[in-house]
Amino acid sequence: MPLLAIAALAAMTYAFRIAGPLLRDRVTVPPAAQRFFTSAAAVLLVALAATSALATGHDFAGWARPAGVAAAGVLAARRAPFPVVVVAAAAVTALLRLGGIK
Amino acid sequence: MRMPWRTTESALLRDVALVCLADGIVGVSFGAIAVAGGLPWWVPVVMSLLVFAGGAQFAAVGVVLAGGSPLAAVAAGAVLNTRLFPYGLAVADVTDGHWWVRLLGAHVTTDESVAFALRHDDPARRRSAFWTCGVTLFTVWNVAVLLGVLAGSMVTNTAAFGLDATFPAVLMALALPTLADRRTRTAAFSGAAAAVALTPFLPAGLPVLAALSGLAVGRPGWLGRPRRPGWLARRPRRAVAAGATVGELQAGGEH
Repeated sequence: MPLLAIAALAAMTYAFRIAGPLLRDRVTVPPAAQRFFTSAAAVLLVALAATSALATGHDFAGWARPAGVAAAGVLAARRAPFPVVVVAAAAVTALLRLGGIK
Repeated sequence: MRMPWRTTESALLRDVALVCLADGIVGVSFGAIAVAGGLPWWVPVVMSLLVFAGGAQFAAVGVVLAGGSPLAAVAAGAVLNTRLFPYGLAVADVTDGHWWVRLLGAHVTTDESVAFALRHDDPARRRSAFWTCGVTLFTVWNVAVLLGVLAGSMVTNTAAFGLDATFPAVLMALALPTLADRRTRTAAFSGAAAAVALTPFLPAGLPVLAALSGLAVGRPGWLGRPRRPGWLARRPRRAVAAGATVGELQAGGEH
């Protein structure tokens, strides 16, 4: 990832951050737009989670990784603490690979 | 005798510490995954200092590690960070002051610091909650990423430790609280299905952006409804709705 790409992302991120304080007297964000932003973020996160759980490049990643991610998902849905969720994903995947399941 | 303010201050510090612990672990895994995936050590480090937004950092690095173009990585990260705009509006009062206070306050505007600020109505409390969380989190996040970089460069076989599963797990945990909303859930699942289906055929990075088409499935009204005039109108009061948005994301300990 080139430095220029990092700088571009940093600049855009900072622009989003500073725009609110600078424009607060002139702009109002309707609740519908707020919900749209939140939904767009959720859609990207879930899509990225799904593709990175199932694929490596263009190919299927094997069963161990999605199984670990699924286990973590169940824990997260049951409101397990964040560290537990992350460690569970790695542990389940590692154990399955140790057992010969790729 | 225990003074009431002292109780609130120690409660604030305790809550901030818990959030920082969770995010610290995410930061370590971010640094480790980035270098274990083959990126140079300075990429996660510089990114954490300059971008300082966990979800976007994971998204951008994830796209690049999957073989996507830097442009797709920047686009994915930028879309995730659009939510920082309404956050900025919601906490504009606490970052008011000298120009450098404003600039600094903008940089430490995160899901967490905004959520902490919105827990209080009293201006002084809002201010101290926002700044305590923002500055502590910035420090903890960057130290954690550095530790992760060190750890990641020592682990040679990341697959054996299942580290590749932590990245999607983190993203899912981050997204989960927002999926309580039915229409967001429909949009997210249709988008994810489209992204997975397109993955074998499209260049890496694009399937994830194509997932945004799921928004049309989740809420057709978004595209069809005429824009209301309220968008650029003078604001009568602080954006209250940001509280709900932040609350949803905060429940996942996101950053």
